[in-house]
Amino acid sequence: MRALIAQRLALGFLTLFGASVLIFAGTEILPGDLASALLQNNATEENLAVMRQELGLDRPAVVRYAEWFGGALHGNLGKSLATERPVADDLAPRLRNTLFLAIYSAAIAVPLAILLGLLAAVWQGSLFDRAVNTITLMTISVPEYLVGYLLMKYISVQLGWLPTLANVTEETAIGERFYLTLLPMLTLVLVVIAHMMRMTRASVLAIMASPYIEMAFLKGIPKWVVVVRHAFPNALAPVISVVALNLAYLIVGVVVVESVFVYPGLGQLMVDAVSKHDVPVVQACGLLFASAFIVLNMLADIAAILANPRLRHPR
Amino acid sequence: MTIPGVRLFGHRLTWPAALGLVIIAINLIGAVGAPWIAPFDQADVVCDAWDDPSAQHLLGCDNLGRDLLSRLLFGARMSIGLSLLITSLSFTIGIVTGFTAAIAKGWVDAALSRTVDLLLSMPSLIFAFVVLSVLGTEVPVLVVTLACLDSTRVFRLSRALAMNIVALEYVEVARLRGEGLWWIILREVLPAARAPLIAEYGLRFSFAFLFVAALSFLGLGIQPPDADWGSMVRDYRDMINLGVTAPFWPAGAIAVLTIGVNFVVDWLLAIQSRGHGENA
Repeated sequence: MRALIAQRLALGFLTLFGASVLIFAGTEILPGDLASALLQNNATEENLAVMRQELGLDRPAVVRYAEWFGGALHGNLGKSLATERPVADDLAPRLRNTLFLAIYSAAIAVPLAILLGLLAAVWQGSLFDRAVNTITLMTISVPEYLVGYLLMKYISVQLGWLPTLANVTEETAIGERFYLTLLPMLTLVLVVIAHMMRMTRASVLAIMASPYIEMAFLKGIPKWVVVVRHAFPNALAPVISVVALNLAYLIVGVVVVESVFVYPGLGQLMVDAVSKHDVPVVQACGLLFASAFIVLNMLADIAAILANPRLRHPR
Repeated sequence: MTIPGVRLFGHRLTWPAALGLVIIAINLIGAVGAPWIAPFDQADVVCDAWDDPSAQHLLGCDNLGRDLLSRLLFGARMSIGLSLLITSLSFTIGIVTGFTAAIAKGWVDAALSRTVDLLLSMPSLIFAFVVLSVLGTEVPVLVVTLACLDSTRVFRLSRALAMNIVALEYVEVARLRGEGLWWIILREVLPAARAPLIAEYGLRFSFAFLFVAALSFLGLGIQPPDADWGSMVRDYRDMINLGVTAPFWPAGAIAVLTIGVNFVVDWLLAIQSRGHGENA
């Protein structure tokens, strides 16, 4: 098992390195270069030369990559082209906000999805099962912003229960924070819960068809005990991987939801930077999002290895 | 769940699939016929900002006094047309590279597969941001970038499909006959992989469609004055606080079309998993 986990860890870090190369290369593929893209109409030969010097574009790409990635590992992400301030300074508070929202949503969504999935499996074919199924099928196809605006319209505007926008600042107290981000959290929960719940239901039901479950029933064990004690542990591996997949999806969903509720997070920062051609900021945000995604997938695979007794012991 | 007596391509049509086909048909008619159906042009200012719906303006007016229904129809043209273009390009790239990898095997396969693994290791929205930040958001850039990113998923499917087909005798015969790569891709492998690829096309279309809409919603997709459903949601969103329903029309249209496409895809996938039986 140790070898398997070590292998998976090594693969994860290799992927992380590959992703950083890709993010760096993604900004190098343009026909001209960054200097001509930034200057556009003012691109005389002299201006271009000065700009290239400033941006360090006169040196080979490999050297610049090594500097960028080496710096990133030490928390030095370069300077923003728009504000000329160190990227890390702008990034840190945004990252905290985004992590807060993502963890807040995950803490509600994951237990809720697994509970709903288990209940739907126990009461298979009941009205509850069908209702949950239909509602989640609909939320899968609906874009995040529609869910967000519908919640905003009915819960904030018509009922006036919650604020429409989540303008959190550095000084906002923690309790206030939970209150302000309640609506974005609800939106994210609704968006990610569907897949997790359906997958939990499907994998529990698949296990329920196996002979050892029939045996448990024949022994006279109550249905919910069979589901929770006998079926669920074996259904855990696929559930873990789908939970991780959806947490990863949550990272991307956060970009759109932040924009809907004007929440000062990493996604907003990245979108602004993209429209301003602020490449260092985009690269730094991209690296953070990609690492979160890759690390989550790695952790999920390791958790799945740990959850599977057959993989836990070497043959 | 099937509709008695109604068949399509020799298969019984289910109610959700029929509903999906109707939704797709209405959207396509709206998109193709926009210049003739729409009462006004998409950019013409014909009434006051946020006029209520009336006999003349069925859905009311938008922030600049343009007819909302007309913009919705022209928006369909842009959103659907662009997504079709992206999906078709992504399929061309994905199928050619996927089949090539399966036929050529060896280092070609390894190189292509590892590249795709790497591209799929991070969310495509994030990588799209990185590329768009340097290339800008003109429509051709958008189409090529999104098609390349999306083709990674098509690559995986077509490679897996072709792996099984390439092992069959008739492909071996074609190879021994001395046919070239293109002949094998187009005449031997493609016809055998058609059915699952069609279902995948529907799925990829709805992904591309949501992706373009999300980019436009974030202000990084289609730029004004062209109407497009994602950017319409963005333009009208400030009115939510005042109880105007305008943003819900384009956002709802996006959701309805996606649900419709998914219904049809579900039906296509169900047919395949049951094989070619008469009752399928």
